[in-house]
Amino acid sequence: MTVYYSKDHEWVSVEGDEAIVGITDFAQGQLGDVVFVEVPEAGRTFSQGDEAAVVESVKAASDVYAPVGGTVIEGNQAVVDEPSLVNTDPEGQGWFFKLTLSDNHQLSGLMNAEQYKAYCDEQ
Amino acid sequence: MSEAEKPLPLDAWHRARGGRMVPFAGYAMPVQYEGIIAEHLWTRQSAGLFDVSHMGQLLVAGAEAEKGLEKLLPADLAGLKEGRLRYSLLLDVDGGIVDDLMVTRRGDHFYVVVNGATKAGDIDYMRDKLPGGVVLDHMKEQALLALQGPKAVDALARLAPGVEELGFMTGGAFAIGGARAWVSRSGYTGEDGFEISVAARDVEAVAEAIAGQPEVKPIGLGARDSLRLEAGLPLYGHDLDIGTTPVEAGLAFALSKRRRAEGGFAGWHRIMKELADGPIRMRVGLFVEGRQPVREGAMMVDVEGSEVGKVTSGGYSPCLERPIAMAYVPLAYAAAGTRVSLAARGKLFAGIVTPMPFVPHRYHRKGAAA
Repeated sequence: MTVYYSKDHEWVSVEGDEAIVGITDFAQGQLGDVVFVEVPEAGRTFSQGDEAAVVESVKAASDVYAPVGGTVIEGNQAVVDEPSLVNTDPEGQGWFFKLTLSDNHQLSGLMNAEQYKAYCDEQ
Repeated sequence: MSEAEKPLPLDAWHRARGGRMVPFAGYAMPVQYEGIIAEHLWTRQSAGLFDVSHMGQLLVAGAEAEKGLEKLLPADLAGLKEGRLRYSLLLDVDGGIVDDLMVTRRGDHFYVVVNGATKAGDIDYMRDKLPGGVVLDHMKEQALLALQGPKAVDALARLAPGVEELGFMTGGAFAIGGARAWVSRSGYTGEDGFEISVAARDVEAVAEAIAGQPEVKPIGLGARDSLRLEAGLPLYGHDLDIGTTPVEAGLAFALSKRRRAEGGFAGWHRIMKELADGPIRMRVGLFVEGRQPVREGAMMVDVEGSEVGKVTSGGYSPCLERPIAMAYVPLAYAAAGTRVSLAARGKLFAGIVTPMPFVPHRYHRKGAAA
């Protein structure tokens, strides 16, 4: 399993041709208390960069973009039922959706953990 | 964050407490410390300390101050007793709201607190309209704190004995530590509480003393907004602007009886016509069905999908754990229980008109049961 990070503060955990997507701890910290999450249904397909999910905090609404293209296997009903999981466990139980990657090469445009940490330090 | 925002006197104090600073009204201000929901709930159950030093604190003095202000405000200032304050509205000639404010009779002058984002325009407008002999002083060296919540009185009375005797919408001079303070029993959360005006040089010591009380935590702008929304209190620049009138905004209580009868204030003719005939639209509260908040700027649409109204504030209510909003809707839709459709983010939401406040006010009115 390898974890990649996007400039939009999503994480992508990849195993074979399956990926789990969520938002990073940095992102949840910036958003503040999450009160609403909308995740995509199984079977939807995304190109890299498409709007894939919605996350709303007390203050504001944000879109979550697909950091890689693919077909959704499952949206995480647990975060829909309990949006605060995004705050308490953003890179674990607070995941948004699983998908089958359409093109593994898209991963090469993402950051590794060390690069992402440096990217956040600049923000 | 851009560095263009001016720091307030408590800037370093906020940062030392983990306040996340954001630009607001031209200043860097703390949007939150530990989190908006925790701060919101803490204020409702204990006491929250807010820095509102961005607001404009003005003194209006001179023999004609009362008469001059009465030309711009629909408040009965002649009937306002020493140490009492009123919520009022600075009006333009068409009855539009230039700003909303608090005005206190204090000795030989009026003490007026206006919104931070509008203070420069308010001062220009008032200086232009007030009679020549009236002096308007902008107290730039004065800071303002608010201590809000059911335990605010316990915390503040320990530092400034006597404040517990103040009734809602009255104020007086007190000492907090070695600092002179003007304290009024008022606020913007729907809770009992106080607003505390002190010199900028004293504000850090005063904030430190208040925040040191066990009931008190510092609270950011984020919770200030969610608290006032639950309390049904409008926010200037969002729920009120120069294009809204006091009647449309549901603020007719700010039009005093004597002033309605006598007139003589900016916009009186239009306002009296609206009082008699009803306005075209009204500010109402909405419960939004489902869990997704509907934000400022969302449209209210009719069955054909045409825009007939708009959401001016919207968010999540931490106390009710559901989305709430304020909107301007046509008068025919303004009755409680009316169902409305809202369009936002490419979707339709169902809303239901709901009396405000969403969460009951708990002001300390003298003579009322505690």
